[in-house]
Amino acid sequence: MPNVPEWLRRHPRLAFGLLAVLLAVLPFIVGAGLGRGWVRVLDFALLYAMLALGLNIVVGYAGLLDLGYIAFYALGAYLFAWLSSPQFGLHLPFWLVLPSGALLAGGFGVLLGAPTLRLRGDYLAIVTLGFGEIVRIFMNNLDAPVNITNGPQGINLIDPISIGGVSLGVRHTILGVHVFPPTFYYYLFLFFTLFTILVAMRLQDSRIGRAWAAIREDEVAAAAMGIDTRSVKLLAFAMGASFGGLAGGLFAAFQGFISPESFNLMESVMILCMIVLGGMGNIPGVILGAVLLTVLPEALRYLGAWQRATLGHVVVDPNDLRMLLFGLAMVAMMLFRPAGLLPSRQRKREFRAEDGVAGQEAASLYDAQA
Amino acid sequence: MDIFIQQLVNGLVLGSIYALVALGYTMVYGILELINFAHGEVTMIGAMIALAVIGALLGAYPQAPALLVLLAGVLAAIPACMALGYVIERVAYRPLRRAPRLAPLITAIGVSIVLQNAAMLIWGRSYISFPPILPHGSHTVLGAVVTDLQIVIVALSILIMFGLTLLVERTRLGRAMRATAQSREMAELMGVNVNTVISITFIIGSALAAIAGVMVSAYYGLAHYYMGFMLGLKAFSAAVLGGIGNLAGAMLGGLLLGVIEALGAGYIGDLTGGFLGSNYQDVFAFLALILVLVFRPTGLLGERVAQRA
Repeated sequence: MPNVPEWLRRHPRLAFGLLAVLLAVLPFIVGAGLGRGWVRVLDFALLYAMLALGLNIVVGYAGLLDLGYIAFYALGAYLFAWLSSPQFGLHLPFWLVLPSGALLAGGFGVLLGAPTLRLRGDYLAIVTLGFGEIVRIFMNNLDAPVNITNGPQGINLIDPISIGGVSLGVRHTILGVHVFPPTFYYYLFLFFTLFTILVAMRLQDSRIGRAWAAIREDEVAAAAMGIDTRSVKLLAFAMGASFGGLAGGLFAAFQGFISPESFNLMESVMILCMIVLGGMGNIPGVILGAVLLTVLPEALRYLGAWQRATLGHVVVDPNDLRMLLFGLAMVAMMLFRPAGLLPSRQRKREFRAEDGVAGQEAASLYDAQA
Repeated sequence: MDIFIQQLVNGLVLGSIYALVALGYTMVYGILELINFAHGEVTMIGAMIALAVIGALLGAYPQAPALLVLLAGVLAAIPACMALGYVIERVAYRPLRRAPRLAPLITAIGVSIVLQNAAMLIWGRSYISFPPILPHGSHTVLGAVVTDLQIVIVALSILIMFGLTLLVERTRLGRAMRATAQSREMAELMGVNVNTVISITFIIGSALAAIAGVMVSAYYGLAHYYMGFMLGLKAFSAAVLGGIGNLAGAMLGGLLLGVIEALGAGYIGDLTGGFLGSNYQDVFAFLALILVLVFRPTGLLGERVAQRA
């Protein structure tokens, strides 16, 4: 961590405590300062952080380019909707549905991975992309002749998560303060994000994590060292997919409504962008990327007010302009920091080295991502 | 049988358009090993510019000969797209040539978001319909209806692909392109100006994209700021299906993908007893892609690349 002040660096416990307090009061500060809508943005930032960390296992750790990651998110979300909404009249509790979603997504991860993992680089990318599109098309069309997904209209009235009989989907008054659903979900998502971070950290330093790094660096050498590359790669796929499924279930409960539109290719691509932009393989970087790419489009909504303040009137419709600027920002950030905003230490080293090996490494997907 | 031939014809027409776009992907990939995600958007911009010019000309001279107007539209779109392709490469890809593999992918996505939204700002969110100046004769061949437009699209595509093959196989520039694709360093040592070759590759690919964009908007009678996305996706799939980096592969992959899609859409209802409808046509394209890659991991005509030691 480069910019941590010296006194914090010397007292890691204090830094940790400050961070915990900040995270605990964040929704109230944001809600009071920027409005309640921003608490929802905060929730989505956490949700995307979870997704990005999950995809980071596949892309950042194991070096497998997956462009259909959103399909696992969709599977988790749809399973949640099927098991706790009026669609089939089922209302199972969330502690049963969420793990099933993760399990289903993980299962599909294995199903997709088993025949395709011998593909390399961009070929794997296009196959996963095709898988993502297939899942979306099925979700979009499985409303006839048997109505399973309710087609493009999506599934509505999904049960909110309720813990111990207390629903997170309605307003509660605690100690005289009105607390709204996004705030409850913030804490729930924070819990799951911390859980994801913990798993990702432990995985990175584990035997499996080292096997992934070895495969990413050089698959042939890894196999020669006795790593069962096939099952280790499959494990990366399944783990990443499970986190996608978990996040999908949370998304369904939070929104109360899902439709195939939420799971298009652009979403997969955005999650990948979060990873690459933040710093692939580096957990703080990935989280930073997720938060940045979630908050930036929302912040750009203020363009209308800004135009009025500086130019006197609205010249260009801010809604049309904001994605344009978002795209420009993405290009600029990447040109400015090609290795990501917070690159992992190993990656930074590789990128600085200007000898022939670094050039050769940069030419390969597997090498440049350490 | 009628439906088989009809769908075959439709598939070939669509496939030749896919092939033109796929060539742009595969040429860039062959040289830079980069998925030029913005290529689909270049196609869209080509269609939009052609339509804008055609619309303006028809507004000013309603009696102008249709062919001339159409030609003016295409001739405006091609250089505009060439310039766009050149600028994209210079701004978004060249500075990142020594960066990690995925960095230019992200700028490519950024560029395509920018192009989409710029097109939306300029031409609006609604569908733009192609003015009725196209040839609308049709013939019946073996029980299938073939329109003049379809014949023109296929003939023109074949001509362009033939020309491109000649360019790559027979000219000095083509040799430089092939050399650069094989090894950038070696080509540079042999006196090839690699940067120029890469720029020209982008320019040629963008010109093909412009033509394909006009074709696809003429064929469907519509253009839309979002049209480049799915077209680009299909074309990229086609390039991979044929073996990315391989020109003949892109052509074969494009035609094959078009035919599979059309036949799939035509027969899926019968095959599944009416359970699944023609709205699953995209599933067919991607399923075929996955199946081919599972059995031939480098595409149909792709060379077997030795695993790097």
